[in-house]
Amino acid sequence: MIMNMLKLPIYLDHNATTPCDPRVVEAMIPYFTEHFGNSASRNHPFGWQAEEGIDYAREQIAKLIGADPKEIIFTSGATEADNLAIKGVFDMYASKGNHIITATTEHKAVLDTCKHIEKSGGEVTYLEVDPEGMINLQELEAAIKPSTILIAIMYANNEIGTVQPIKEISRIAKKHGVLVFTDGTQAVSKIPVDVNKDGIDLMAFTAHKMYGPKGVGALYVRRKNPRVKVTAQMDGGGHERGMRSGTLNVAGIVGFGKACEIAIQEMHTETERVSKLRDKLENALLKLEEAYVNGSRESRLPHVSNISFKYVEGEGLMMGFNKDIAVSSGSACTSASLEPSYVLKALGLGDDLAHSSLRFGLGRFTTEEQIDYTIEQVSKTVIKLREMSPLWEMYKEGVDLDKIEWAHH
Amino acid sequence: MCFNSTLAYYHIIKLKFMAYSEKVIDHYSNPKNVGTLDKSQKNVGTGLVGAPECGDVMRLQIEVDESTGIIKDAKFKTFGCGSAIASSSLATEWLKGKSVEDALKIDNMEIVEELNLPPVKIHCSVLAEDAIKAAINDFRVKNGMEELKFEGSVIH
Repeated sequence: MIMNMLKLPIYLDHNATTPCDPRVVEAMIPYFTEHFGNSASRNHPFGWQAEEGIDYAREQIAKLIGADPKEIIFTSGATEADNLAIKGVFDMYASKGNHIITATTEHKAVLDTCKHIEKSGGEVTYLEVDPEGMINLQELEAAIKPSTILIAIMYANNEIGTVQPIKEISRIAKKHGVLVFTDGTQAVSKIPVDVNKDGIDLMAFTAHKMYGPKGVGALYVRRKNPRVKVTAQMDGGGHERGMRSGTLNVAGIVGFGKACEIAIQEMHTETERVSKLRDKLENALLKLEEAYVNGSRESRLPHVSNISFKYVEGEGLMMGFNKDIAVSSGSACTSASLEPSYVLKALGLGDDLAHSSLRFGLGRFTTEEQIDYTIEQVSKTVIKLREMSPLWEMYKEGVDLDKIEWAHH
Repeated sequence: MCFNSTLAYYHIIKLKFMAYSEKVIDHYSNPKNVGTLDKSQKNVGTGLVGAPECGDVMRLQIEVDESTGIIKDAKFKTFGCGSAIASSSLATEWLKGKSVEDALKIDNMEIVEELNLPPVKIHCSVLAEDAIKAAINDFRVKNGMEELKFEGSVIH
């Protein structure tokens, strides 16, 4: 019998980035060579063709999130969109107030931007999350004050996939006349996101997390009820309704549009298929002793699983298979920073569990065969490293590890 | 995938993997002297260093021939990254057959050189040196000798 050849390495890090869908690449190619014009060139066919490509992409992208095409502001990616939203609102609404509410588990693009806001005289409240990774709505409402201008809470978390109750968040925000910005990078195209149903005023998202190219993203900026404006953070030609100057990445935007169109058509079937594979992987790995899922298992993206394998260090664990299987770890064993993932720590996980975590991110091209191989390899390595782990031996002997005085270094 | 790009791909993988050095990969894949010695024995010294919160814990044990003062066996168990596992595996290899006195002379930089550890992994070698010294001290105390103080303790 000829065994089906499994192609290695296997990519299970789709929260970091995704491969371009070949259909996306196909749509982009003419815009590098034939329709290479600058979409801002209004006076000749080259510009018109480029603009046509942009307009069509804007429609495809808007449709995916239930927005009007005019509400899409193109950026270089989600990080830029996060910066533009937060700094742009802070500058634009300075007369109204200077207070922003966010959460401790946000992406660094949001947290570091908030740090910048604090240095610029703003005030930021960082909401804590519960062990499932969810913010508390009462705490959110209690944090709102007259000077609050923006609530910035991500739609879904990049490390654990926890999906926040955006609808409830925006309901509270509306009640107090506060704008809602959400970083939708991980959620858009994976689960249904609708800016109107969800009551979102601003949203950052990017093409490369949804099988589109890197280097292109968007900020959704609401135009009606209320009309939201952000102050541009880059000076220049006044592109994108004056909110983001710079010649548009035409080919990238066309690819972004195509990626959104595919997502609209395939999200439903893809979610069902991928979440089944994710559950298979997760349930198999949880059969190992002392393995725990990090974050909510209910309110979660369909393709993510973050698991801690107690008494095994994540980086050491990855080394057992990382030339064949690509995943991420919440452990960072470098002398510069021994700090494990701040997201996992925010869930209340001890540093030891945070150091023992792996994030699996499945995707459109993940197969059952790949998942079976991953289960086998990860289980094998966990067992092997536990045999090598002094902590596992102590645990097995019934030693309480919390009572040991460790030499912290 | 065409032949050329496959080749280029393996080249990249190899380069990236080199961050670990072949010796680290070898010790990680085939660790030497993993195990546990009977710590209740008087001639066994145990050193447990590091902390779970920091992402590495090493336990290194030596069994000393009391008549000769030679380390006749050494075992380790390590919770940590590949470089931490390799550093402790290498340390046990070096310890076997050495006198306790010579064992004290093992310097972490020798481990760094042997394993070709990158700067971000030097702390793994420091931890291995700490573990050796802790094991020797445990052996000394058990046998009525005074605990050695190490100048500018390597524990950081």
